[in-house]
Amino acid sequence: MSGLWHGKILMLMVVLTVSRHSLAFQARNANPSNQPGTNASTGNGTENTITTLPIVTWKWHHTEGPYLVALWVLVSWICKLVFQLNPALTNVFPESGLLICIGWVLGGIIYGADKVQTFRLQPFTFFYYLLPPIVLDAGYSMPNKQFMGNLGAILVHAVIGTVWNAASLGLGLWGCWLGGAMGHLNTGLLQLLLFGSLIAAVDPVAVIAVFEEVHVNEVLYIIVFGESLLNDGVTVVLFNVFDAFVSLGGPAINAVEIIKGIISFFVVAFGGSLVGIAFGILISLLTRLTKKTPTIEPGFIFVFGYLSYLTAEFLSLSAILSCTFCGVFCQKYVNTNMSEKSVNTVRTTMKVFANGSETVIFVFLGISAIDPSIWVWNTGFILLTLLFIFVFRFMGVFVLTWILNQYRLVPLGLIEQLVMGYGGLRGAVAYGLVFLLDENKYKEKNLMISTTLLVVYFTVMLQGITMKPLVNWLKVKRATTDEAMLAEKIMNRTFDHMLVAIEDISGQIGHNYLWDKWHNFEEKWLFRILMNPTARKSRDYIFNIFHQLNLKDAMSYVQEGERRGSLAFVRNDSKADVDFNKQFDTDFTDMPDIMGPDHIPVPFVLRDSVPSVSLNMHEQDQKMRESEDFNAHHLLQQHLYKGRKQRHTYSRKQPVVNRDEDEVQEIFQRTMRSRLESFKSAKMGVAQPKKITKHSKKDQTEKMSNGKPADDSKIHSYGDEDFEFSEGDSAGDAAGGSFPMAAYKGGAGIVNPAYMAEMDSNEPMPPMPQIPPWLAEAGEDSSNVAPSQRAQLRLPWTPTNLRRLAPLRLSTHSNDSFLLADSPATQEGTEPQPPLPLQDGRGRGTHM
Amino acid sequence: MGSRASTLLREEEIEEIKKETGFSHSQITRLYSRFTSLDKGENGTLSREDFQRIPELAINPLGDRIINAFFPEGEDQVNFRGFMRTLAHFRPIEDNEKNKDPTASEPLNSRTNKLLFAFRLYDLDRDDKISRDELLQVLRMMVGLNMFVSQVLRMMVGLNMFVSQVLRMMVGVNISDEQLGSIADRTIQEADQNGDNSISFNEFIKVLEKVDVEQKMSIRFLH
Repeated sequence: MSGLWHGKILMLMVVLTVSRHSLAFQARNANPSNQPGTNASTGNGTENTITTLPIVTWKWHHTEGPYLVALWVLVSWICKLVFQLNPALTNVFPESGLLICIGWVLGGIIYGADKVQTFRLQPFTFFYYLLPPIVLDAGYSMPNKQFMGNLGAILVHAVIGTVWNAASLGLGLWGCWLGGAMGHLNTGLLQLLLFGSLIAAVDPVAVIAVFEEVHVNEVLYIIVFGESLLNDGVTVVLFNVFDAFVSLGGPAINAVEIIKGIISFFVVAFGGSLVGIAFGILISLLTRLTKKTPTIEPGFIFVFGYLSYLTAEFLSLSAILSCTFCGVFCQKYVNTNMSEKSVNTVRTTMKVFANGSETVIFVFLGISAIDPSIWVWNTGFILLTLLFIFVFRFMGVFVLTWILNQYRLVPLGLIEQLVMGYGGLRGAVAYGLVFLLDENKYKEKNLMISTTLLVVYFTVMLQGITMKPLVNWLKVKRATTDEAMLAEKIMNRTFDHMLVAIEDISGQIGHNYLWDKWHNFEEKWLFRILMNPTARKSRDYIFNIFHQLNLKDAMSYVQEGERRGSLAFVRNDSKADVDFNKQFDTDFTDMPDIMGPDHIPVPFVLRDSVPSVSLNMHEQDQKMRESEDFNAHHLLQQHLYKGRKQRHTYSRKQPVVNRDEDEVQEIFQRTMRSRLESFKSAKMGVAQPKKITKHSKKDQTEKMSNGKPADDSKIHSYGDEDFEFSEGDSAGDAAGGSFPMAAYKGGAGIVNPAYMAEMDSNEPMPPMPQIPPWLAEAGEDSSNVAPSQRAQLRLPWTPTNLRRLAPLRLSTHSNDSFLLADSPATQEGTEPQPPLPLQDGRGRGTHM
Repeated sequence: MGSRASTLLREEEIEEIKKETGFSHSQITRLYSRFTSLDKGENGTLSREDFQRIPELAINPLGDRIINAFFPEGEDQVNFRGFMRTLAHFRPIEDNEKNKDPTASEPLNSRTNKLLFAFRLYDLDRDDKISRDELLQVLRMMVGLNMFVSQVLRMMVGLNMFVSQVLRMMVGVNISDEQLGSIADRTIQEADQNGDNSISFNEFIKVLEKVDVEQKMSIRFLH
């Protein structure tokens, strides 16, 4: 906890610094941290005419503004840091509440020093500097599908709910005012409605701050969050309309003006959203071109996001909605257009900005309170406002949700409604708006300010603190941790397709139907226009996740390897480069090639590939699944033996890559090797038995004749020709019993009889030539056989090539023996291939 | 047509279906009129061709699998009862159904039954296991790797698409079979607990434990 104390001390120092800065104008009283500067200033700073060249000058006035800003940001952030170091504190209090408390303390210090509150959250600063990053971040990181899926509910709550809140509060207060519950207030219906509208909106800043800590389920979160985001726009619109009404004055308002007000409301809201979408399109288009300037690529997102905000603002459209929709719209395209690095940068930077301004806002909310000049107490007004806000919010939520539930697929339960109602936190937007009020028009401005502050404190502090216990107590369904599993992703995809199909069958146009239509439209037009072609190509939902997972695994695999201090795996695998590169290149860049002659989809089970995929998993969990490893080991042998041919086929199209080059890719390749093994296995599945049986059972000529049709058939995308092989090798099928698919698919499962038999039952191997199959194959091919197409393919397999391959085999083997170290017996028993004695020995040698 | 449909459907039949599937009276009559409009042969049953005539299903990558799910094993026709029974899987779970007495048989739209339905889409051979191959087949469908000529034709006819458009769609596939293979491997590896290299139904349930199946496999049937 020493860090904590450091933090606190540092914070106090900064606090002192800042608070005394405000005095510095009059007293020129430098603070301790600026001591050297002070000395200099006494000498030179005061004179206007220079008699001699000053070495150092005191220029506090030049830097005062930015300096204070920087210090303020620093102070707020340090406060946040301190809280985060205190988990016990943040468990009970929401961070936003704590920041407000800190604001009080700071405000008290400043007030104590200056005797007047010199720091105040200026509406201009708030609306033009602090709010945009938060809104942009919220829009940009919005879970699109859920947002769109619940858009109806969000809009109803954001628009109707907010209007309801504003109207009910305004009217309620008006009624009480007329009834005399508040004593003498110089106000009126319109002013109270205005007050109602500015305080009606649930604040995204406060909601995000509280709800992110609570982790409620995603639907609830997106509704509360989406509502809070959109209704800010609504509030601002309402605020402007009512402000105009107040200026017009009561008598001037007729039906026409009211209708104009309503029209203006929609124009402002939808216009703002459209501006946002337009900017979203602009960003997407621009990022198509930014490949060459990766350093400023992320900057465009921010500039455009900010521009969308400002543009909407100067068009007097809703800036918040504009910024939100800009973020929502562009995220998908931008994220695919930009490089992974830039995407990460944008994400991180955005969070930094958003979190930063959020923190500053809350601290300022606290500081603003320590200012006696704004405090006007009117018990009736304040308490009634609090009461009405609370009650009407719940009423609005219940009624609107009841209506929505008539149309919702999964109705929102009572508990969720309670949380939604309770989550009606007011915050900085209301505060910013109330400061915008014109004192001449609104005689009770200060009362409104103090009421707003109290409402904010009440909701953020009290409701914020009790939110977590409430959620626990009500047993609200929590958010699922993360959906990182591939299986889940795939299934979600399946569900989508299923729902669309069922809607089609049952003949109704539902939500899924519309979503599907949009999806198709997007696929057809938007992707084409807004994404750059290469990004479009590599964009596949499932594959992306797969890629991410692989990267993660690769990293942890390397880490694990390094932690164990074994560099053996590095060396060994680096020899696999050649094979790897091929696979890698082809798979990732050279699609058409794959679809070419090498492309053999395998419609039967290949159990082997899985263990090889999960190598690192095994390592990490230390879960030794004996039988799995057993198979893994064995089958890897099989595979690598086949692998040569694969490699070979590729090498015709691409020169063999020198294994020393491309060091950069080494780590990735090394760790991906096991994965690629499975690619290979997918191809080899068909070819595998073919070869083995050829060697063990058939003579060379027969093999060749058999081989040719096989090669031709590879062009087919479907492996009907498996049946050919399986018929020829029907002896092997019986042995495939342990392969579930093979068992029931009967003829479809092509299994290598040789290795199957001994792997499953540990029976002695059927008689096999004591030459390594590949050696036999290569030797015979290159020497005896007439250069058929197939043989030509094989020609480069000279002994040198083979030698280079041996380490490759070894490496896999040794990786495996890594895991199998405790079961050497099994390992011995499973070695199926003749050269294994040698290999086995060498393989272990590298490790032991 | 709606009136014709409802007259053809006997009241007691509606009651039975209601009891079995949980659909409301109006939903049943509405779906019955849909059923009859799909039933081009007008023999009270639907064949696969009847389903395949729905144009949007043609571009649904899982369309054929879903159509298959409507047919009991080995049969080529499905009557209205069967039709409704399959659709009932997609009925949202209502609150009052959640805490019904446990002795009653599980409703068709329970979580388990929904999952079983999804599972069956994969498990072609009904051995209660999703093998790598079965998974791979579905993956291929989802990325559009195996489009059959019949499907292409249907798309052209049903959606008034030009050949070039269809071809573009097919070429647009940007994931290779090898990649799919390794995706399938990884998926199975994630789910596989007993090491048999396939996903059993229990493993399937386990994997989707955190997924809100109740919501993701429900649609709102119109009244």
